[in-house]
Amino acid sequence: MNTAFVDYRLSQLDALEAESIHIFREVAAECRRPALLFSGGKDSIVMLRLAEKAFAPARIPFPVMHIDTGHNFPEALQFRDRRVDELGVKLIVASVQASIDQGRSVEERGRRASRNRLQTRTLLDAVEKHGFEALFGGARRDEEKARAKERVFSFRDEFGQWDPKNQRPELWSLYNTRVHHGESIRVFPVSNWTELDVWHYIAAEQLEIPSIYFAHKRAVFERDGMLLADSEYANRGDDEPVFEETVRYRTVGDMSCTGAVASAASTLDEIIAEVAGSRITERGATRADDRASEAAMEDRKREGYF
Amino acid sequence: MPATNLLAMDMLRFATAGSVDDGKSTLIGRLLYDTKSIFEDQLESVERTSRDRGDDYTDLALLTDGLRAEREQGITIDVAYRYFATPRRKFVIADTPGHIQYTRNMVTGASTADLALVLVDARKGLLEQSRRHAFLVSLLRVPHLVLCVNKMDLVDYDRAVFEQVRAEFSAFATKLEVPDLSVIPVSALQGDNIVTRSENMPWYDGTSLLHHLENVHVASDRNLVDVRFPVQYVIRPQSKVHRDYRGYAGQVAGGVIKLGDEVMVLASGLTTTVTCIEVAGRPVKEAFPPMSVTLRLADDLDISRGDMICRPHNSPMAAQDLEATVCWMTDQPLKPGSIYIIKHTTRTARAHVRSLQYRLDVNTLHRDDHADELGLNEIGRISLRATQPLFCDEYRRNRSTGGFILVDEGTNRTVGAGMVIEAR
Ligand SMILES: Nc1nc2c(ncn2[C@@H]2O[C@H](COP(=O)(O)OP(=O)(O)O)[C@@H](O)[C@H]2O)c(=O)[nH]1
Repeated sequence: MNTAFVDYRLSQLDALEAESIHIFREVAAECRRPALLFSGGKDSIVMLRLAEKAFAPARIPFPVMHIDTGHNFPEALQFRDRRVDELGVKLIVASVQASIDQGRSVEERGRRASRNRLQTRTLLDAVEKHGFEALFGGARRDEEKARAKERVFSFRDEFGQWDPKNQRPELWSLYNTRVHHGESIRVFPVSNWTELDVWHYIAAEQLEIPSIYFAHKRAVFERDGMLLADSEYANRGDDEPVFEETVRYRTVGDMSCTGAVASAASTLDEIIAEVAGSRITERGATRADDRASEAAMEDRKREGYF
Repeated sequence: MPATNLLAMDMLRFATAGSVDDGKSTLIGRLLYDTKSIFEDQLESVERTSRDRGDDYTDLALLTDGLRAEREQGITIDVAYRYFATPRRKFVIADTPGHIQYTRNMVTGASTADLALVLVDARKGLLEQSRRHAFLVSLLRVPHLVLCVNKMDLVDYDRAVFEQVRAEFSAFATKLEVPDLSVIPVSALQGDNIVTRSENMPWYDGTSLLHHLENVHVASDRNLVDVRFPVQYVIRPQSKVHRDYRGYAGQVAGGVIKLGDEVMVLASGLTTTVTCIEVAGRPVKEAFPPMSVTLRLADDLDISRGDMICRPHNSPMAAQDLEATVCWMTDQPLKPGSIYIIKHTTRTARAHVRSLQYRLDVNTLHRDDHADELGLNEIGRISLRATQPLFCDEYRRNRSTGGFILVDEGTNRTVGAGMVIEAR
């Protein structure tokens, strides 16, 4: 970015970027085998950019891992492969379908079945297989109330579990990265960013994002007040008629449970204006997985979710 | 928020503290609500809960409700971080619980704060806990302190009540080192003096809380005099294009580093000049805290993580013996003779606790010279000897190069937070 350094003040985006870069470098310096979780969503795109900046002009010194539910938006997958190529980083794909085929996970049943929860098993298996000690995730604290209380360095026991009552205090910018064999750390370099910060950064850095973030026409149906894409993964019932709507996505997750919002925003500026004026959190608007219960995210985190 | 304002916008981190029921959650909820940082789905969920409980009004305190255990027990366990923005600033709130057992959380929240907001209930006046909060704020060297005298609506917006609390607090604050103190009468519930000046208190001639938060000047709080650059990571691309590239990456911890500056590298003590300062591969002319940059130097010196770049005639102490204030953060008490891992800037060593000088009573500031251990949430002064020299400054001069953490070698837990008083 091009901040003029008047009276040695950093703009808030520069300050956030500086903090995130510090975190990336700290992990690369202290942890054995880090990896960056990449979904093709906007937060992980920003993460990848920050990692690129942290080590420039060298390559990002760790691989990128995608937990592939098999229910992805094709646009997000294409995007993932292109970015990974450009940056010359190694991509590891851990497949939920493979976990199911191997009997490690069992597919959920019923109309609201999704593979969201199954990601945890696949993730934990991949961590063990590759011996990853630290995993970067793109979670932000403004997303959800369990996350508001999670540390930047979130320590997980050998079962990948988060214990909210037993977190390591984080003082100044001194992070305790020590783990025993078999344990791991989830690291969230964009903890202090908000959804709007992410969009402003994408605009300032002119980052490319998958097309589904921009308004487009799509065949959708309504469920629980959300617009879901009509796809082979949606388990749409006969009482859920399909119609065409101009929509865009605020988050990119599993096709079966990520809702679209009706929107005509087709440029970054229009998206920023829409997000700034939006009165609904991105998870509340578009994630069926978080709507299941008040403590949905907390429960999933305890089980080893990101 | 128009995109054009973005570059003019900076960030303020503040920590909040108050005793239970002083209205901290309500105040934060009010700030979020009045700055339109609350989303409809959050508000609906809060309204629903309020209705279900039979409240007369929407309890904004519920907005900051966190984990299940907290909801069940009706308490706050952990530091929660919250965000809101006005066209002038982005705010990061470290919302720390005020119970006695949670000193460690407040220390954690205050360690990164530019400003601390302490709440008292106008009806109760200054409590022991309020004194403790103010003391911790001064101990952690948070540069700005705001005391909100809350629930003014319950004392008929009476000036005398406010003046009484203010006088009492100011008297106490002179015993501490509080560089900048403001006292504001508010009603978090009614919104008086939160975003706009209250008409109920015409006698108050200060600004509203939000106005104060938006305008308090924080850029000069950082040490811009003493150049301190802890080397965090060495960048060596080893690619054809960048065959000879060697960059020293890190976050500026003090001073302003300019192109062409002569610098000294510790531990070696060798000097060289700065030939390039980069942010993400792009050159800039100068670097200052808290920028994360990469420095390139004229000479090929042997420099690695844990080294410190400074100016030849202004270097930190290279010390193995430290006198420090520590806040203890774990059940297993600190005892003289123990050995811990010490993490200070980008350097990690082992440290032997040689002695415990005293334990401090955070309520009375009394020093107990006969204490033989420090328990959870206790604060005291210790002498440490590290296995390697640490490049440090007094915490009062620089929070980044004066602060450290202690980690238990067996459990890997962070057990203590330390602030350097003296080093040799
Ligand atoms: N009358 C009045 N009540 C308040 C005010 N601020 C908070 N309260 C009430 O005081 C009680 C405790 O507030 P809460 O925000 O939960 O306190 P916390 O424990 O400090 O977070 C609640 O019943 C609030 O509605 C105020 O300014 N005026």
